[in-house]
Amino acid sequence: MRYAETGYNLEIDMSTGNIEKVETDTELTNHYLGGLGTNARILWDRVPPEADPFSPDNLLIFGAGLLTGTPAIGCNRTIITTYSPQTLYMAFSMMGGFFAPELKHAGYDKVIFRGKSPDLVYVWINNDQVEIRDASHLRGKGAVETEKLLKEELGDSRVQVASIGLAGENRVYMASIEHGRSSASRLGLGAVMGDKGIKAIAVRGTKDVNLARPMEVIDFCNYLIDYIPERDSNPIPGVMPILAGLGSPKEMLIHDEKWHTENFMWGNARTRIKDYWTKDVEEKWKETQESVRTRLISCYNCPMECGAIVSVPGISTYMMKCFSKLTYTMAAYSDLDFGFRIAQRATEYGVDGFSTPQVMAFALELYEAGILTDDDLPGLPEGNEERFYWLLDRIVRREGIGDVLANGVYWAARAIGKGAEEYDHNTIKKHEQLPLKLSMLNPIYFLMWATGEKINITQIEGNFPQAPFPTREEREAFVEDWPHVPHEKFKEYFVNWELRGENSFPYYPPPEATCDIVDWQETMHYIDDALGVCAGLSSFPLKPPYHIHNWPVLISAATGMEMDKDKLWEIARRNRTLIRAINVRRGLRRKDDRPPENHWKKRFPELEETLLDTYYELKGFDKNGIPTRESLHDLNMDFISEDFEKRGIYNDGQSEEKS
Amino acid sequence: MAKVKKKVKVIKIDTDKCNGCRSCEVICSAFHASDKYSIVNPARARIRLVREPLNDVYLPVYAGEYTGAECMGRDKYTVDGKEYEECAFCRASCPSRDVFKEPDSGLPLKCDMCEEDPPLDEPLCVKWCLSDALTYEEREEEVEEEEVLEEMDTGLKSLVDKYGLDNLVDSMARMLKKD
Repeated sequence: MRYAETGYNLEIDMSTGNIEKVETDTELTNHYLGGLGTNARILWDRVPPEADPFSPDNLLIFGAGLLTGTPAIGCNRTIITTYSPQTLYMAFSMMGGFFAPELKHAGYDKVIFRGKSPDLVYVWINNDQVEIRDASHLRGKGAVETEKLLKEELGDSRVQVASIGLAGENRVYMASIEHGRSSASRLGLGAVMGDKGIKAIAVRGTKDVNLARPMEVIDFCNYLIDYIPERDSNPIPGVMPILAGLGSPKEMLIHDEKWHTENFMWGNARTRIKDYWTKDVEEKWKETQESVRTRLISCYNCPMECGAIVSVPGISTYMMKCFSKLTYTMAAYSDLDFGFRIAQRATEYGVDGFSTPQVMAFALELYEAGILTDDDLPGLPEGNEERFYWLLDRIVRREGIGDVLANGVYWAARAIGKGAEEYDHNTIKKHEQLPLKLSMLNPIYFLMWATGEKINITQIEGNFPQAPFPTREEREAFVEDWPHVPHEKFKEYFVNWELRGENSFPYYPPPEATCDIVDWQETMHYIDDALGVCAGLSSFPLKPPYHIHNWPVLISAATGMEMDKDKLWEIARRNRTLIRAINVRRGLRRKDDRPPENHWKKRFPELEETLLDTYYELKGFDKNGIPTRESLHDLNMDFISEDFEKRGIYNDGQSEEKS
Repeated sequence: MAKVKKKVKVIKIDTDKCNGCRSCEVICSAFHASDKYSIVNPARARIRLVREPLNDVYLPVYAGEYTGAECMGRDKYTVDGKEYEECAFCRASCPSRDVFKEPDSGLPLKCDMCEEDPPLDEPLCVKWCLSDALTYEEREEEVEEEEVLEEMDTGLKSLVDKYGLDNLVDSMARMLKKD
């Protein structure tokens, strides 16, 4: 018997309609756990690196995490993997909600789509009965609307649906896959789903998920049930509200947006408004939020309530989580009411709430600068907010200028030309980033922005405080109760860290310590993404319930695998290296590992090179960011170095020299 | 008849506090597995969350009595403008629907308040409900002492319930005649 996992994948060829239930190899679980790890291995094995993201050869993989569907709290994530049409690298984005647990109960760890359907269809997975059904009646429907219609059509409110909106149907590079209160938004997964002709996947399952040593799992869960409310009701002093407690984060609960509105940039990542958060704004925003928020809601088997049902008078109800409430607001220099209103339309269209507002703000900047003219934007309304709606409508339909903007800032800038490239100032690897522009180089964040394979800062940062606490006493108090650290040295790094003086940015933490800190945080994310736990209970907050010392206990009890800290660390390292290798095979090199030029005013080129060198060395990459033969051998992945040899990747003239 | 004290176990349900996480279903199914905690399967839970986020419906319902026959009709409630699915509030395992039945055997399920020896402090759905939508209370009530039926009486009573006393007496009479 297989424990925690089902041991089966569902393989669906959208070109031929062939559907197969395939038993999986336990060796893959031993090597990569599940979720992101096994998704990546399948992508490496089965999709040639030359494949266009919109080719039938590309796969779209919906994977449940290894512990998804067990009683372990917060283990509910669906990890979706493909090649990104925007970055052209591997795309992976995760969503919470209820989809992956339902998939496991239907008897599958993953659904793997290949090929392309000639017609728009939806896939109905009802335990062992799997059908591809016509979806022409759903064409053009909103993502939320589609979910509702399918539940009605299938006559069961317990069916779980993942769907795309108009943006996915039209292969917009910012298209998301939506699922109730959750979405897998980044890197254009929805565009690949649309390209394959899949409007939605509906799943219902009534089978068991088995546990290897049940009493030990339950003992662990009892610890979680005590620790989570305890930790959440004792916020960490001195950090911003969303980081003080647990959650992914609890943006729907929290009103205090001083930190985001005054530290993040408005418009096209342009303007910092230092005294924005006045009493008036605070009261108005609080009223807005409370008037539209019907209920705080959670994902499957999680108490955190990071999401909300949002009902704005006059428009249909939708669900929201995380940071989208501010992205549209700030891109348009508007207010929270506008943010909640436009996010409803954006959610139905199914677009990424990080990238999309930035693309629209970028377009309006080009218009102000005369690079885009009235000829390019015929009928553009006068009002600022109306312009955002207008652009959104065109982007998701790929109409006129919308067709260009639908590929994101990087590609749009190059298509428009006439100096538009200058306005593409906030992308990494062709992907839009959080609108942050700061002063002094932060070595930890430099490495995370530069090298994160997810190309998204929130998916690599986490367990180590973002800034030193002002006094040594505060720092000592913080580390006193910090069993989460993988090694005692991390306490020292933190205690000695000062806001000013010798032990401050950019030369503190020194490169080795910086790399250790990045390595720890990144490793925790890779563990989460393989297990399917929400980062909000693990790799994202400070002092979370799950950490490197207790994960092995739970993994072993739930799956029956032998597990200890070192082995788990090695698996995370293997997964991280595998994804780097996938991207290297698609052309990623050191020259691409860079944050936006203006991310910090004060840059230190020499130090930055040293940081990259030190990080690569720690990770077992060569000077060009390519995993070395030796490190691949140590990770039992000689098949990668053999492939690199065959393709001449080690000898392409870039591997030894610095860029 | 004599009065005796009876412990009444009450799970209080505050639907306004429910966040829809279904932890109650998770732990219920695990606790009631034949090898305790060895599986998770909400389809085997004795509590189900009627959950329709877009309609703001969050209604935990406990499995009650098995009934051999379905009602003569159905009910459909609208409360505070929110429409609930057909028979949403009903706790019965009934032929009209597949809720509160083991998914493989179809055997009916019923909440037993997590009866355990030694007893738990509270049913596990309550313990796992960190949003306090489910809370637990015990109180004592004075009730008339129940008549404890002998085994044969129990059997006869169920025959009476099924066929009616007159039919049963007739049938007994026929059997007596034959002898």
